[in-house]
Amino acid sequence: MRKDYNLEKRKYVIGGFIGIIVLIYIIRLFNLQVTNDKYKESADSNAFLRRIIYPSRGLIYDRNDKLVVFNKPAYDVMIIPKDVGEFDTIALCKALNLTKEQLMEKWADMKNPKKNPGYSAYTPQKLISQLSLEDYGKFQEKLNLFPGFFVQKRTVRNYAYPAGANILGNIREVSTADIDRDRYYRRGDYTGDLGIEKSYEIALRGQKGIEILMKDAYGRIKGKYEDGIYDVSPESGKNLTLSVDIELQQYGESLMQGKIGAIVAIEPQTGEILCLVTSPNYDPSLLVGKERGKNYGALVQDPYKPLFDRALQGAYPPGSTFKPTQGLILLQEGIVDLSTAYPCHHGYVNGLRVGCHGHASPITLKPALQTSCNAYFCWGLKNMIDKSGTTSASQLTKWKDYMVEMGYGYKLGVDLPHESRGFIPNADYYSSSFRGSNWTANTIISISIGQGEVLATPLQIANLAATVANRGYFYTPHIVKAIADSVIDPKYREIHRPHIKEEYYEAVAEGMRMAVTGGTCRLANLPDIEVCGKTGTAQNPHGRDHSAFIGFAPYQDPKIAVCVYVENAGFGAAYGVPIGSLIIEKYLKGEISPSRKGIEQRMLNSNTIETSGVKKH
Amino acid sequence: MLYLILVTVGAISIYAASYDFDNASLFDLNEFSGKQILWIGLSLLVGLVILLMDYRLFKIYAYPIYGIVLVILLVTIFIAPNTKGSHSWLVFGPVSLQPAEFGKFATALCLAKLFDSYNFVLNQKISNYFRALIIIFLPIILILLQRETGSALVYISFIFVLYREGMSGLVLFSVLCAVTFFVVAVKFADPLILGIPMGEFTVFLLIMLIFVSMLLFYCKDGIIGRNVLFGFAGSGIIVAILSFFGVEINGLIYFLSILGIGIIYTAIMMFRHRIAKYVITIGFVSTSVMFLFSVNYVFGNVLEPHQQQRIKVALGIEDNIMGAGYNVNQSKIAIGSGGIAGKGFLNGTQTKLKYVPEQHTDFIFCTIGEEEGFIGSVAVLLLFLGLILRLIHLAERQRTAFERVYAYCVVSILIFHLGINVGMVIGLCPVIGIPLPFFSYGGSSLWGFTILLFILLRLDAARKERTD
Repeated sequence: MRKDYNLEKRKYVIGGFIGIIVLIYIIRLFNLQVTNDKYKESADSNAFLRRIIYPSRGLIYDRNDKLVVFNKPAYDVMIIPKDVGEFDTIALCKALNLTKEQLMEKWADMKNPKKNPGYSAYTPQKLISQLSLEDYGKFQEKLNLFPGFFVQKRTVRNYAYPAGANILGNIREVSTADIDRDRYYRRGDYTGDLGIEKSYEIALRGQKGIEILMKDAYGRIKGKYEDGIYDVSPESGKNLTLSVDIELQQYGESLMQGKIGAIVAIEPQTGEILCLVTSPNYDPSLLVGKERGKNYGALVQDPYKPLFDRALQGAYPPGSTFKPTQGLILLQEGIVDLSTAYPCHHGYVNGLRVGCHGHASPITLKPALQTSCNAYFCWGLKNMIDKSGTTSASQLTKWKDYMVEMGYGYKLGVDLPHESRGFIPNADYYSSSFRGSNWTANTIISISIGQGEVLATPLQIANLAATVANRGYFYTPHIVKAIADSVIDPKYREIHRPHIKEEYYEAVAEGMRMAVTGGTCRLANLPDIEVCGKTGTAQNPHGRDHSAFIGFAPYQDPKIAVCVYVENAGFGAAYGVPIGSLIIEKYLKGEISPSRKGIEQRMLNSNTIETSGVKKH
Repeated sequence: MLYLILVTVGAISIYAASYDFDNASLFDLNEFSGKQILWIGLSLLVGLVILLMDYRLFKIYAYPIYGIVLVILLVTIFIAPNTKGSHSWLVFGPVSLQPAEFGKFATALCLAKLFDSYNFVLNQKISNYFRALIIIFLPIILILLQRETGSALVYISFIFVLYREGMSGLVLFSVLCAVTFFVVAVKFADPLILGIPMGEFTVFLLIMLIFVSMLLFYCKDGIIGRNVLFGFAGSGIIVAILSFFGVEINGLIYFLSILGIGIIYTAIMMFRHRIAKYVITIGFVSTSVMFLFSVNYVFGNVLEPHQQQRIKVALGIEDNIMGAGYNVNQSKIAIGSGGIAGKGFLNGTQTKLKYVPEQHTDFIFCTIGEEEGFIGSVAVLLLFLGLILRLIHLAERQRTAFERVYAYCVVSILIFHLGINVGMVIGLCPVIGIPLPFFSYGGSSLWGFTILLFILLRLDAARKERTD
């Protein structure tokens, strides 16, 4: 046997060949297993089904522990497109109470990657959301006719009172922006929209639980991963107790029917908001269920803007309700004392004229508040701005600082979203708006009577009433009194005290009492409650004057401070005073005395929307 | 023994692959792993029997065994039930056997016997090639008729044996070139360059490169090669500049004409210098060009759609994750998710939850990749490499052609199985349904490999007996 040693060398070629293959494979394995994380994630998403367990959203009670907002079940019709077999379309439409076109549209929406970016034929997809209990019952009976369909239970909000929509807000499905902002959310989750649903979202929503299940290639669940040691159980949302008296709120809303404006009532000792009425408003249950989208659109379109919470978003000229603040500043600054009298010849006449109505002249602070004398406060501001040895600018800055201390010009910090800050001008503002020519006390004189550049929200105005009621301090107004097993934000328990002596507040309170007993607010002079008040009649560019009122009661040891603001309703005494006094009476007495039923009826039935600047298209 | 290690690891892997979270015993005969252990036991018995047999028997009965296996293969075509489109399984009650697995050792024995014939030298006569090729191709045809393409392709690996026994390296080189050309031409169908697909363009460039290299290699002074090189390069630059300025040039005509000129030039030089090697060069280049043209035809008209699909998926042309690419994608995910150290024995989610189809048979390597990670899979690969190198060493120390050829047959089959199986699992080769030796579940394959290996051991043992 000849042995070919030349050919024997070929073993190296063959050995080398397999060696190179193995080497290539090792490099490939290194690439797959060590340098690439993609496959790890794919394997996890293949095998693990993270089933989210939704916690129930916190309930909402009013200050008297009446249940205001609770959860009720709703049913989403879900499908796994891959599993959907043949079915009778007409039977499905019948079972779901839909027309064929509606069904087709829903189907197309579900598959539309723009409207439903998470679409996959292999995962549950929502076809129809929030079926009512009756529809659910009908559909459930026939569910076996529709392979691939199933029903997922969810909860939606339910409202015990058709009131307080602006306070309560509502919930909606999260948007892409919400998901980007907060990693907690997944597509299809709900989040609070407007009101406390929004501002207390984190407390209300609770904490989602996660159940990690293993699914096999056919999507069958093969049990819990590692016996559930990585599961997280859900934590229910916290229940909230509102400071609002829901019945007072409802009463306030009925009084404001047919009017545009707001009522804010505060408990002075605590800063708790007793009612926060905006008008026109809407039934909160409109924004629940299948019709939410349609109803929401209608509310947005409404020219009277029911979604606009006038109580804290509306910035109005405060008018004469501003005068107590001016009296306080003049007293504290020593511009006037209680015996200082200014002349009023039907107004402030000093190169220009600010009109006033007939009363005795000259006049001191208390009667000036009683009669709402414009001239007194104009003279006061002029003397303050023109005080010798100071500059106008520094005096105005001083004035502005007092105003800010009293809660004007900046957001008060109420626990509701979208609060407006109002507007208090400062020296820089006038310097730039009177470009070139100098501003003087006369040119800005109208701010002393709550007109001109000054703007305030009804909440800020009510806060003034509360501060006077407390004779010199306030707590930041807030709408939530307690959060279950946790405490409210400490900023609502922090006392705010403007740098004005208590005795001056006492004087202003007395002036306000005089306004009720013998001045502009006589309609609020209740037989058994000592009410203090101040009217406001604010000129505005939109038509008739706004009717405003602030007040508190009882005179000694006040329990309620209130602000009423009705747009384009004329004198403060016309609507502000009667509505404010009814709110006070209702809250303190629980009912309206028979002698005042007439006033109540007049308020319930009157309509001032017609005189407003807003026209319905 | 490497064999025992591989078989044991294999059984454990099958246990892992078929483990179902509903607890199963390793030895439960109703489970894949239990059956595999039974098969291993039986195959050890078979191995023992083989070791006890007289080594001369294999040589004597090589042809009859080959004949019998061929008959069985033929019969199988007609009596085997249809299993996923192929007729390759003989069913005996609860047991089914795949005769193609046994064809391997029979063919190997037969081939060895042929080479051992008196004064048989492969390169001596052209008819010797024919005889060897007939032995190889008979089972291929029969297995193809069973529609078991994967197993049939295994026999291609005997080309290594032919190479070792004196077949020109050029053939091996040509086969590798053919595979490369095929892959490149099919994979890069777009974009077009100079009016022809990029794949074809690249293949033309490769042909030119090989042309020049072969001329430079064969020609002593290198003048011809250099001239051709300059010709190609010069014309290439001209074409590039022209097309840059917007002149439309048909790439096909360019390549064909420039290669034609090169061939004619080489032919003239050949007549002048009378160097026969140039013929090979010319032949190789012309064949390459013709091969290139036939590739598209074969791919489009000869291969069946599911085969086209598999090749496309393997080459990454089509990425149909839910369809044909599902297996490969899931097996890549399984292996990729293993990381360096793996998820731990029985902790693989991909394989446990049955995301990888056929994971206990052809895709068994996934289980190793996922659960034992990079370290485990590399260890298995090195184990195989060790076995193959050891077998090559074993082959070379044999004194007679019979033993040596037989050993190389075993080596070739193992190389092919390992290369294709692991390659497809990690997404480098087309999915050709062949098992991973000693690992994949299945009695036939295990027995087939056991017989293959133990006959070799028996022959090797005999070497010592004879020297005594």
